[in-house]
Amino acid sequence: MKSFTYERAATPAEAAAAAARTPGSRFIAGGTNLLDLMKLQIETPAHLIDVNRVGLNRIEETREGGLRIGALVRNTDLASDKRVRRDYGVLSRALLSGASGQLRNKATTAGNLLQRTRCPYFYDTTKPCNKRRPGSGCAALGGFNRNLAIMGTSEQCIATHPSDMAVAMRALDATVETVRPDGSTRTFPIAEFHRLPGDTPHIDTNLAPGELITAVTLPKPVRGYQTYRKVRDRASYAFALISVAAVIPKRGAGRLAFGGLAHKPWRVEAAERRMGDAREVAATVLAGARTTPQNAFKVPLVERTLAQVFGEAKA
Amino acid sequence: MGGALDVSRRGVIGGGAAAVAAAGIGGDEAEGQTPEPAVLMPVSMTVNGRPVSLRIDPRTSLLDALREHLKLTGSKKGCDHGQCGACTVLVGGRRINSCLSLAVMHEGDEVTTIEGLGTPEKLHPMQAAFVKHDAYQCGYCTPGQICSAVGVLREIAAGVPSHVAGDLDDRPRVSVDEMRERMSGNICRCGAYSNIIDAMTEVSRA
Repeated sequence: MKSFTYERAATPAEAAAAAARTPGSRFIAGGTNLLDLMKLQIETPAHLIDVNRVGLNRIEETREGGLRIGALVRNTDLASDKRVRRDYGVLSRALLSGASGQLRNKATTAGNLLQRTRCPYFYDTTKPCNKRRPGSGCAALGGFNRNLAIMGTSEQCIATHPSDMAVAMRALDATVETVRPDGSTRTFPIAEFHRLPGDTPHIDTNLAPGELITAVTLPKPVRGYQTYRKVRDRASYAFALISVAAVIPKRGAGRLAFGGLAHKPWRVEAAERRMGDAREVAATVLAGARTTPQNAFKVPLVERTLAQVFGEAKA
Repeated sequence: MGGALDVSRRGVIGGGAAAVAAAGIGGDEAEGQTPEPAVLMPVSMTVNGRPVSLRIDPRTSLLDALREHLKLTGSKKGCDHGQCGACTVLVGGRRINSCLSLAVMHEGDEVTTIEGLGTPEKLHPMQAAFVKHDAYQCGYCTPGQICSAVGVLREIAAGVPSHVAGDLDDRPRVSVDEMRERMSGNICRCGAYSNIIDAMTEVSRA
């Protein structure tokens, strides 16, 4: 691991200001992804700003009838919260399908959104990767790409976003609140938070340098059967091949977001008018898919998983 | 025991690992640069009920602080990337991967390692159950398995749901399916899983 200096911030604004003051700095909260990457020298921050003591660790009800989740709420605590289990089951289930118990006890809401891809070539520093070293090429295109993206890809990058939590938040139309180094705040609809790779796959999100996530807000609950179906190579503790976050009302349009397909949680609202028809929904969601011989299986897998989810919702 | 040959396995392992850690923590020397002297930082925490104060390189993981600085070599380094669970300890009563946490991030925290759960004379019930049910072979993953198992039973008692929950509103109960799911972050190369579940089941009924 490369050397770095370390400080503890006392408030969110202080943390953002410290980031602007110190080139090459990173915020650290749970650290479960950042330290992993620092050990491999994929991330080499010169300075770490520990934000674990800035507050932001509560879940509060909003005046609009939703929930405001502090950036530092741990994955275990968010999944266990009574209101989340009752009104946002898709989110609780998505969190519980991710990582291990030990990791969920450390990992935070904001850190989960900011996870880097698990593309094997991003992790392998002996191979070209445009996300790790812009302009070096993409070893995944002609390499082992069974679990990589089929939607929204570019010639530069076919990485997927690994989060389960973010997929559920996309289905729930969450918003991400931030503070910038000058102290000003803003919000992103979650749809506009993560980016597609395009020509800049090294930039995962639309956050500005030094901008700190302070909270994620859920709008008031939507009625319907909620579930998160994750298909993976092992029964537990594995990243998704594909996943579906679903809110399915008795009749009418629902909500569907997908993991394992793209560089961000994937959602096509036009498909949600055909709830119940797995073939139609899958065809609309996957329009324009670009597959490789190794990951083409994701196309029928989406349809079959939807068929299962729709069947459960009816039962 | 005594005299010139009184060299314990633990002493050799502890000393050897510390020497390696001191020589190459940054791994940058091979690139021909002069390594910068680390700026040491103070950190104080409670480990197994005892207050400890350290001055350490901020790069030091909680695991390395426990093993190399405090000589608590019960917690093991397997993958060092949070994938195997051998480094599992309890912080504030909750299980975490000590390899994926910096020691300096634990100012004021209460850390419990396998050495703090019980002693050879007075085993923690989970330790005793692991012995009784033969819940290990080589033993390398065992300290992490036991700390994790203690954390799992606490999480179930506290009502933390799991991926295998039928209804999220139901209080979770100890079952084989629940324990298997919740223990998935602890890998056992010897395959003692079924006996680990037996040990946990016994403790959960006590």
